[in-house]
Amino acid sequence: MQRSTPRDLFELLSSMRFAISLLTVLAIASVIGTVVEQNQAFNAYLNQFGPFWFPVFEALGLYSVYNAGWFLVILAFLVLSTTLCIVRQTAPMLREMRSFREHARELSLRQFAHQSRFTHRLAPAQASEQALDYVTAAGFRARTSTRSDGVLIAAKQGSAGRSGYFLAHAAIVLICIGGLLDGDLPLRIRMALDGKATTAANQLISDIPESARFGADNWSFRGNVFVPEGRSNRYAVLGLGDGILLQELPFTVSLKRFHIEHYDNGMPSRFASDLVIDDHETGESFAHTIEVNRPLAYRGVTMYQSGFEDGGSLLRLRVRTLVAGTTGAEPTLEAAVGDSVALAHAHYRYALELTDFQAFNVEDFGHPDDEVATTRERFERHLGSGASGAARRDFRNLGPSFIYKLRDEAGQAREFHNYMQPVERDGAWFMLSGVRDSQAEPFRYLRLPVDEQGGLDTWFAIHRLLFDPERHAELARRLAARNLGADGADPQILQRFAETARQTAALFADKGFESIGRFIETTIPEQERERATDLFLNLLQGLAWEAWMLARDEAGEPELAFDAPRAMFVHNTLSALSDSRFYEAPLLLQLTAYEHRQATVLQVTRSPGKPIVYFGSLLLVLGVFAMLYIRERRLFVLLKNDGETLVALSSNRRTLDIDETFERHAAGLRSALGQPTQASEHDSQRGT
Amino acid sequence: MELAHDRPGTTRLDRRDPFDWLYLLALVVGAGAALYRYGDAMDAYDTAILLLHLPILTAIGWHWKAFRTWTAAVALLSLASLALYQGDLARAEEAFALKYLISSQTAIMWMSALLFMATGAYWLGLLARSDFAERSGSTLTWIATAMGTTGLLVRWYESHQMGPGMGYIPISNLYEVFVLFCLITGLLYLYYEHRYATRRMGAFVMVVVSAAVAFLLWYSFTRDAHEIQPLIPALQSYWMKVHVPSNFIGYGAFALAAMIGVAYLLVERGILASRMPAPRVLEDVMYRAIAVGFAFFTIATILGALWAAEAWGTYWQWDPKETWALIVWLNYAAWLHMRLTKGLRGALLAWWAVIGLAVTTFAFIGVNMFLSGLHSYGAL
Repeated sequence: MQRSTPRDLFELLSSMRFAISLLTVLAIASVIGTVVEQNQAFNAYLNQFGPFWFPVFEALGLYSVYNAGWFLVILAFLVLSTTLCIVRQTAPMLREMRSFREHARELSLRQFAHQSRFTHRLAPAQASEQALDYVTAAGFRARTSTRSDGVLIAAKQGSAGRSGYFLAHAAIVLICIGGLLDGDLPLRIRMALDGKATTAANQLISDIPESARFGADNWSFRGNVFVPEGRSNRYAVLGLGDGILLQELPFTVSLKRFHIEHYDNGMPSRFASDLVIDDHETGESFAHTIEVNRPLAYRGVTMYQSGFEDGGSLLRLRVRTLVAGTTGAEPTLEAAVGDSVALAHAHYRYALELTDFQAFNVEDFGHPDDEVATTRERFERHLGSGASGAARRDFRNLGPSFIYKLRDEAGQAREFHNYMQPVERDGAWFMLSGVRDSQAEPFRYLRLPVDEQGGLDTWFAIHRLLFDPERHAELARRLAARNLGADGADPQILQRFAETARQTAALFADKGFESIGRFIETTIPEQERERATDLFLNLLQGLAWEAWMLARDEAGEPELAFDAPRAMFVHNTLSALSDSRFYEAPLLLQLTAYEHRQATVLQVTRSPGKPIVYFGSLLLVLGVFAMLYIRERRLFVLLKNDGETLVALSSNRRTLDIDETFERHAAGLRSALGQPTQASEHDSQRGT
Repeated sequence: MELAHDRPGTTRLDRRDPFDWLYLLALVVGAGAALYRYGDAMDAYDTAILLLHLPILTAIGWHWKAFRTWTAAVALLSLASLALYQGDLARAEEAFALKYLISSQTAIMWMSALLFMATGAYWLGLLARSDFAERSGSTLTWIATAMGTTGLLVRWYESHQMGPGMGYIPISNLYEVFVLFCLITGLLYLYYEHRYATRRMGAFVMVVVSAAVAFLLWYSFTRDAHEIQPLIPALQSYWMKVHVPSNFIGYGAFALAAMIGVAYLLVERGILASRMPAPRVLEDVMYRAIAVGFAFFTIATILGALWAAEAWGTYWQWDPKETWALIVWLNYAAWLHMRLTKGLRGALLAWWAVIGLAVTTFAFIGVNMFLSGLHSYGAL
C-alpha cells in the first residue's frame, strides 16, 4: 500500500515522539531567557557581551527570547502538534468511551492479565440477574449480551477519565493562543500593517512622531504610565526592543497623592496611588485608589501599581567648597530632582544632575552578634518565639537623603549620596556624604563631625586653614607658642618645634593619615614608631585646635576652653579631614530644605487573551485530575449456561491497585453467585 | 495489603468508627469556635477557606486514620502554646514549656532534631532489619511533623502579636517554606508508608527531608532567617495562601518520587534488593507521587499566574521563576506521557525522576540564588 507524503507528515506531527521532542526543545529554549536577562537596555547588553557578540545575540533574538520569531515558531508547532493529536485521537477515543465491548470474544477475555474462572450452580437467568446486581452496586454501568453459549455482562466505570485527555490537550492549545494574543505579536502585526516604527526613549511626548503612536483603539498592549503628584498623563509608553511606542489611553490619569507606609522596622507596608480618572468619551470623572495587588480595570484597560519614583522634588541646596584656602560666599541653589544645573567656580566646572530624593531612610542600628559569646547562648537565640530577634534590633529613621551626580567637562560622572540630618555614631554626631565612581560599587561615606551649633561650619573652617599650605607656618607658630609658652622658651627650641609642626601639617595635607603613616614607616626605626605615632597625633590635634581657634579669631569670636567633648570633636575632625583627601570632589552639597513630590508608575495593559488563557487553565486542571484520578475499569462477566463463569478486568492504567480491585470483584462475584469466597483459585497473572 | 476499601452494598458512612465522628465533631466545634470568636475579623475569603478545611481534613482523616490523631495533637499543642503565651511574646523566655517545647522556634528545632533521628532510625531499621527501629522512625516522623506544624501555627500567632498589621501566614519566605517542605514531604511519605504497608522506603525519602532540614538550620544560624519579618506589599495577597502550599505539595511529591527512583535504581542493581519492596511497588509509588505532584504543581502554577496578573499586571511574563516552573511542568508532563501513553517502565523513568529533582531544586532555590527576577522574596 502506497503512503502519501501528507499522510506521513500528519503521522509525524501528531505523534507522541514529536510532541515530547517539542516539549524538550521548548524547555531548553526557555532556559536561555532565564540566563540572559530579558528586555534590558541595549547598552547594557553591549557592555555585557562586547561589540562582537552583541549583534549576533541581537540577531538571534536573545534579548527578547519569548517574543523572538523562532520561539513563536516552536510554540506554533506545539499548538499544531497538539491540535493534530486531538484530531487524530478524537474518533477512536469517543468510540472507546461509548463502547461496552459487549461482543468481546471469550478467547480474548482469556488473554486478560486479570481473569479468573469458577463454576456456579444457579439457574442461568438468576445468575445473570445477581451478577448484574453486583456489578451495578459496585458502581459499573453494564450492558448484557446474550450469545449462543451464555450471557456476557460487559461493565465499565470511569470512562469520563478519557475526557481528561481532551480537556488537557485543548487547554494547551487555548493557553498558547491566548498567550500569543497578549504577547508582542499583535503589536508587531499592527505596526507592520499601519507602517509604525519605534522611536528613541527620553523624548518629550510632543516630540514623538505620529509613526510611533497608537490610538486608543489598540486592542492588545502593555506599557507604563508615569504620573507625578499633581499632574496628569494620558499616554502609556510601550517598550519594544530598543525603542518605545506611545499608546494613547481612552482616559486621562491624574495623581493626587502617592502613599508609602512603613512598618516599625522601616520595611514598606503599603504603596498606594490616589488617582482621578477622566474618561475622554463620556466625560465621566471619578477618584480611585489603587494599590499593589489591587488593580483597577476600566474601559478594557487594567492599571496596576507597579512602581514609584521621585516626581521632581524641589531641593534647596548649599554648595560647600572643599578647596583649601578659598573663602567667600557659598551659594545656595534650588533645583528639582531630574534637573541638570551648571556649577561654575574658579576651581571647578561641573554639570550637577539631581537624580533621586528619599524622605525616609530607616536603618538597623542594633548589634546582632557582638555581645554573644557562648555557643549555648547562640543556640538559645534560635529557641523561643520567632519575634525574639526584634528585641536586638534598633531601627532609626535617618531622615531625608538625596543622590546627585557631578559630571565633568569630559563627561565623566561621580555619584554622591548625602543625608540632610546628622546621624549618631559612637556617641558623636556626623553628616554623611557617600561617593562612588560607578553604580556597581557601594557608596563610601565621609563622616563629617557636627559642631556645637549642629552645623558643619567648624569642620569646613578647620579644613580651609589646615589644608592651606600658606597657613601652615602660622598654625605651627601658634601651636609652638601655646605649648612651650610664647616668652620664656628658648627661641631655638621654639623654632624647631614649629618647624616639626609645619612639616606635619604639610604631610597631613597631602594624603591625611596615609602620608603620616608612610613617613613613619620609611624614616623611623621600628622600636620608636609607636612613640612617633603618638607624637604626630598630638601635633595634629594641636594643629587642628589652632586652626579652629584661628578661624574663630578671624570671625571675631572668642577663644574656647579645651575640654573632653571638644577633644573628641577634634579627633573626629582629623579623621574626616584625612578621609576627605579621598573624597574626589571639590564640593559637597548640603540639603537645607525640600518639597517632596513623588510620582507613581502604573502598568497598564489590555490583554484580550486573558479570558481564553483562564478558561484554558480551568480546562487544564479538570483535564489533569480526570486523566490521573478517574480510572477507567472494564469488568467482564461471562456466564455460560453450564455454570462456568469467567471474570475479567481491564484498565487503561496499569497501577498496583488493579490487582487488589480485581481480587475484590472476583471474590464479590463469587459470593454473589453463591460460591464460597475463600476458594480463590483464580489464575490471574499480575502485570509486572 | 490490608487496605480498607469500598465494598459494594455498604455506604461509606456505615463504615465510620466512633472516632471518625468524634474527629468530625471536633473539627466542626473548632471551626465554629473560630468563627464565633474571630468571625468579625474574617472576610468572606477567610470564612470560605475555613469552611473548606472541614471537608478536606475530614476526608483525609477518615481515609487515613492516623491523621486524626496527628490533627488532634497539632491542635492541642498549638492551643497549649497560645494559652501559655497569654498574648505576651516575652513569655517565650519565661514559661519553661514555651521556651523548651512549643514556642514556634523551639518547635521547629524539635522538628529538625526529630527528623534527623527519624532518618537514622529508618536506616538502622533497613540495614539491621530491625522492625523496632523502623517503627521508631515512623513515630519520630509523626512527632516531628506535628511539632513542625505546631511551630508554623504558633509562628502565625506570634507574628500577629508583634504589632497591628504585622501578622501574616508563615509561608512567605524561604525559611518558612523550607519548614513547610519538610512537613509536606514527611506527611506524604507517611501516607505512602501506610498505603503500601511498608516502612522500608523511609530510609530513602527521609534523606531528602534531612537535607532540607540541614539547609534550614544553616540558613537560620548563619543568616538569622528565622526572625519574623512583616510582608512587603507585593506579598499581601490571598493568592499567596493557596499558591505556596500547592506548590510545596508539588515540590514535596517530586522530591519523594526522586528518592524512590534512587531506591529503584539501587534495587535493580541488586543493592539492598532483599530488604526493599519489589521494584514494581517502588515504581507504583513513584508514579503516584509524580501524579500528585504534577496535579498540584499545575494548580500552583495557575494560581501563581492568577496572582501575577493581579500583582504585576501580567499573568505570564517569562520571569525566571515562572519560566523554570514551566520547565519543571514540561519535564513531568513528558514523564507522565512516557509512562501513561507510551507505557514506558523501568530504569529510564527512575533516572528521569531523579534528574527531575535536580530541575525542581533549581526552580525552587537555584533561581533565587543565581538568577534575578521579580520573584525574589526567597533571596538567600
